[in-house]
Amino acid sequence: MTAFILRRLVYALPTLILISFFSFVVINAPPGDYMTTMQATLVSQAGMSPGEARALVQQMREAYGLDRPFLVRYGQWIGNIVLSGDFGFSFSFRRPVSEVIWSRLGMTLLVALLAHMFSVIVGVLIGIYSATHRGSLGDSAFTVLAFLGLSIPNFFLALVIMYVLVFNFGQHVGGFFSPQYVIAPWTWGRFVDFLQHLWVPVVVVGTAGTARNMRVMRANLLDVLNSNYVRTARSKGLSERKVIYKHAVRNSLQPIIMYLGVAMPFLLSGEIVTSAVLNLPTMGPVFLNALVTQDMYLAGSFLMLLAVVLVISNLLADIVLGWVDPRISYA
Amino acid sequence: MPDATTPSRPKGTTTFQLTVRRFNRSPLAKIGGVIVLFLFVVTVFAPFFAPYDYNRTRLGMVYIPPQRVHFFDEAGQFHLRPFTYALTPDMDPDTWRRIYTEDTSRRYPIYLFVRSWEYRLFGVFTSDLHLFGTEEGGTVHLLGTDKLGRDLLSRIIFGGRVSMYVAFFGALVSAFLGAVIGAMSGYYGGAFDAVTQRIIELLLSFPTLPLFMALSVAIPVEWPPFGVFLGIIGIFSLLSWPVLAREVRGKVLSYREEEFVTAAHAIGAPNPYIIFKHVLPNVISHVIVILTITIPELILAEGALSFLGLGIQPPMVSWGVLLSDATTLETLGRNPWIMLPGIAILVTVLAFNFLGDGLRDAVDTTSHL
Repeated sequence: MTAFILRRLVYALPTLILISFFSFVVINAPPGDYMTTMQATLVSQAGMSPGEARALVQQMREAYGLDRPFLVRYGQWIGNIVLSGDFGFSFSFRRPVSEVIWSRLGMTLLVALLAHMFSVIVGVLIGIYSATHRGSLGDSAFTVLAFLGLSIPNFFLALVIMYVLVFNFGQHVGGFFSPQYVIAPWTWGRFVDFLQHLWVPVVVVGTAGTARNMRVMRANLLDVLNSNYVRTARSKGLSERKVIYKHAVRNSLQPIIMYLGVAMPFLLSGEIVTSAVLNLPTMGPVFLNALVTQDMYLAGSFLMLLAVVLVISNLLADIVLGWVDPRISYA
Repeated sequence: MPDATTPSRPKGTTTFQLTVRRFNRSPLAKIGGVIVLFLFVVTVFAPFFAPYDYNRTRLGMVYIPPQRVHFFDEAGQFHLRPFTYALTPDMDPDTWRRIYTEDTSRRYPIYLFVRSWEYRLFGVFTSDLHLFGTEEGGTVHLLGTDKLGRDLLSRIIFGGRVSMYVAFFGALVSAFLGAVIGAMSGYYGGAFDAVTQRIIELLLSFPTLPLFMALSVAIPVEWPPFGVFLGIIGIFSLLSWPVLAREVRGKVLSYREEEFVTAAHAIGAPNPYIIFKHVLPNVISHVIVILTITIPELILAEGALSFLGLGIQPPMVSWGVLLSDATTLETLGRNPWIMLPGIAILVTVLAFNFLGDGLRDAVDTTSHL
């Protein structure tokens, strides 16, 4: 087991290096840099003459090392990350990138993980219901719902929920708290208010995954229910409940678990769009803003982290899969 | 007519017939196919179906709610030809908002095939024929108007043209790339295969949307809208081919050992000929299936990108651009109809998903239904 994990880690190493390099290339692809944005701001808002602004910006470029060749900058960036966990400096926040990311990562992960749990639990339960009630009215209804869930754009779903909650139920939507609770200390009321805000992004981000899990679970369970060992279990007189939950369901969970790993970064990217609509203090709006202002170390680090999360969660999914399915060996 | 000496071909069903038969058995797939066909016709001939010029602003007609089409007039009399009433703009004394009231004394019948604003189709034909419209002076805004008084239905139709084209051409180019790269990778193996596999692995380790976002900011801001449009297609095609390439490679790996490939080799066929003539035709059905699955994904991606302001740039419109008008609760609450482009995305993606699902089951002729 340990050997397996170690081998996978070693194998992942070149991928990780490529990921970091590719992220840096992508982020450096736009013409100009943050200082170009800043130069324009200095001229238009601080009233500097173009010449002064250019000189000041050039000075800052030198200070931050932005004038050095591309490969040197990449080397410094990745070197600092590996050696001291320093992801560079965020120009727009005027703080280290790691501080910006850590301060928002908690909420981002909370939304993503809850959406993940929501999509797995609801998806699997509905999938089991659909497979065991094949062809029934409920099955058809859920199948249509699943297609809808796969087809609705995240941001549109967020808009619709927001509209309904605000104008039909008069609830406050957007952010994680109602205005009166934003800076209040934690109380029961604040917690309830938090939950009232939290479920919206969780449902929006989790919808597509729920629909997908449901369809996969239904198809798989139907396959498994036709297999011989299920017939054996039935013919030896086991209750239908035992046949399904103890024998069939366990074997049809495999692709869902494999998907657990792949899904994480997709949840995070769904979160980017959703939080832009709902105005959540998570990584989404920060990433968007960093891209537009070319705050490159911030944008690049986040892009890289997304890919790293995928590599790691795939590894975790492999380990869990072996734990659930004894047929898989780590040799 | 075959005579006794030449034995007639045994009557059987070809793979294609089997595929069609399977496809026809799925009602959802057929519905999806019909909707997709309809959408292509409407968007290709967008100016004909759009009652108004999508960029014509009329500041006196801002935020008209979806206009009602009547069959019965004020006196309760039935008219076979539907009509709309003239709208008189007014001011709500409490909220200071512009409201519109129907002036029931002025009826404007809706005619089919009317001539109004002029357009060029495919850059060649000039015409002023439109599917429907009213006489001069009347208005028919079936889905209302936007903040600059532009007809929303026309904007959805024209926006659909851009959204569909971006997704379609993006998917088409990426399917081509994926098929060729996958086929070469599977057929040649060796170093070429190793390198492409690594690239595929790298591209698949990134969630697509953030990568699309990061690359679309690289499109220079000074490019004209059409350049941005091509740029987005380019980004979509450059990043969407790996899934297909991986699948085609797997298929080709298994076909490489088949007798017909060995036979082609033996009679001296060059490698590219074998790939294009013997191997690729076998995987074409999978390419088509993946193409139909990629299109809705790209429609969603384009919607999200343009919604965030990183995709298609105004004055060009796409469904995402249209929805980016609907971001503040204030405008949404007063003018909920500006969310309608979202329904257009939903219906389109749904139709493509139905179609893609049906096609995937249909080409898998070895499985039982």
